[in-house]
Amino acid sequence: MFSKDRWKEILQVLTTNMFRTALTAFGVFWGIFILIILLAAGKGFENGIRADFGNIATNTLFMWTQKVTKAYKGLPKDRMFYYKTGDVADIWENVDGLRFVSPRNQLGSFNGTNNVIRGLKSGAFTVYGDYPEIIKQDPMDIISGRFINQSDINERRKVAVIGVDVRRSLYEKDEDYLGTYIKINNVNFMVIGTYKKSNNNGNGDQAQREIYIPFTSFSQAFNRGDNVGWMAITAQDNVPITNIKEQIFEVVKENHFIHPDDKRAVGHFDLNERFQRVSGLFMAIQFIAYFVGVLVLLSGIIGVSNIMLIVVKERTKEIGVRRALGEGPWSIKKQILMESVFLTIISGMAGIVFGTLVIFGVNYLLDMNGPVMMFINPSVNLGVITIALIILMVSGLLAGFIPANSAIKVRPIEALRSE
Amino acid sequence: MIEIKDLHKSYKMGSNSLHVLKGLNFNIKEGELVAIMGSSGSGKSTLLNILGMLDELDEGSYTLDGVPIKNLNETKAAQYRNKFLGFIFQSFNLINYKTAVENVALPLYYQGVNRKERQEKALKYLEQVGLKEWAGHLPSELSGGQKQRVAIARALAAEPKVLMADEPTGALDSQTSYEVMDLIQKINDDGNTILVVTHEPDIADMCKRIVHLKDGVIVEDKKVDQVRASQYV
Repeated sequence: MFSKDRWKEILQVLTTNMFRTALTAFGVFWGIFILIILLAAGKGFENGIRADFGNIATNTLFMWTQKVTKAYKGLPKDRMFYYKTGDVADIWENVDGLRFVSPRNQLGSFNGTNNVIRGLKSGAFTVYGDYPEIIKQDPMDIISGRFINQSDINERRKVAVIGVDVRRSLYEKDEDYLGTYIKINNVNFMVIGTYKKSNNNGNGDQAQREIYIPFTSFSQAFNRGDNVGWMAITAQDNVPITNIKEQIFEVVKENHFIHPDDKRAVGHFDLNERFQRVSGLFMAIQFIAYFVGVLVLLSGIIGVSNIMLIVVKERTKEIGVRRALGEGPWSIKKQILMESVFLTIISGMAGIVFGTLVIFGVNYLLDMNGPVMMFINPSVNLGVITIALIILMVSGLLAGFIPANSAIKVRPIEALRSE
Repeated sequence: MIEIKDLHKSYKMGSNSLHVLKGLNFNIKEGELVAIMGSSGSGKSTLLNILGMLDELDEGSYTLDGVPIKNLNETKAAQYRNKFLGFIFQSFNLINYKTAVENVALPLYYQGVNRKERQEKALKYLEQVGLKEWAGHLPSELSGGQKQRVAIARALAAEPKVLMADEPTGALDSQTSYEVMDLIQKINDDGNTILVVTHEPDIADMCKRIVHLKDGVIVEDKKVDQVRASQYV
């Protein structure tokens, strides 16, 4: 198989008509190049979209309350209701496969009025009453100090973790802030830490302008009693939240006398479902990339096959002579197949290398010119390269198959007769 | 060495069948130099193709060195050709992208002889045909006579039982033809069995026996006094 003479002969044959060989090789080169570029572009798009999700736990359901739309058990429709802290315990008890259930209350929102004051400075920020688990569902980096913990919850400490932009608004640049107090709706809270969120979805700035305080302290300080405004529920990794959300809804509907068929009362946002849909989109993009890439490659392969047929035709006499000298048909078939595979793989490798260089260039430009919307780090991994090489190997064999067969169909006598 | 009994061969041309060889019988002994003569269409090339295992016979039997040649598949035929036969063609049929020495070494390559031994043997045979210093040249850099001599060296390289030459001088001028025939005679002097197909009487006279074919039958089979080609060289 790897005899020196055979390789020498392959090179001799392929270099005899260099221009033709190069043109043929270009077909395969171009096909694999397009395949690599398409896959990389798909990956870049995917990376861009995934970055928008940030590192939020994606198997998560957010739910809040809306107006009840059906009268039930003597209660009228169009009434408002609130989740209670008891709902959290009931959800834990009745639904299997949950990882975190974080109740939350909220103060202020986008474009709200100033609600936080420190000394002479003030600002409008979103204030959340949360449990410590929220940091695992909506991850953030603690830049200094610490995040709220269970003791804060138990003792209802009036402490606050503020975003880096909150600190920037309320403090001088080099001012100490840990251990100082800020007034949220006229209640003093001690700053115990700062955070920074890394996801860069559209409201990246807004994400740094939030204040986290213990859920229990929030309820007491702002008179929420046992009301819960909002819940973030994350399921275990192997249980899609989409599958168990109806069970969760049933629990709260029963607790709050809501008609089981009332679709509107429990407002929710299913991040998992959204994420799966986007993942499906990526699958489709990848499929299209392979489909188009392989088709372009196919035309290159047909080119190789075509040229190999011509080469066999041209070498009819030579093949006849070789058989007269006693070369076996298998040896001739192997020769043609190896020429075809060699040509395909060499030109394919060139395509891969060139494609990778272009991707490298694009990445360099992206790095230079800052982030582009929904397009980050286009790349192909080793798996894709392996698949491409396998495709090349197989297609080289396919391209050589017909010519090789026609080569051994040449009968020596006919070959020698064609003068 | 070669035994032919009642050999028939016909070709189908559409609906017609062309009966080319009509019951040939002859034997060739070891060390003979036989010319097969005949005008075109007499069936001499067909006979050579059958003897050379390039074509199959329809009826009769063909025995080569005691081995019956019958129903060979391509792989087997290739092995037999490699082991038993050396071919010399009218148009030389050297492989044009291989050097003289590579061409001569080809049959040895198909025998699986290792590289070094191949090279040595090929050079030895090139020397025998007087072309050692041309070993590294491509066929396109050689004259017609030189090409035919390389082809003869190639036919000899596998040390075959029988050499088969199909119009070996057909593409050469008479001077070069005699040189080539001189070489063939010398090889025959060394004890090799050689079969020459030709339509030129002067070439046939340089053999030791002439078999005359006409319309698919042997009309004459005679021993002749060999004319030595060396006197013209």
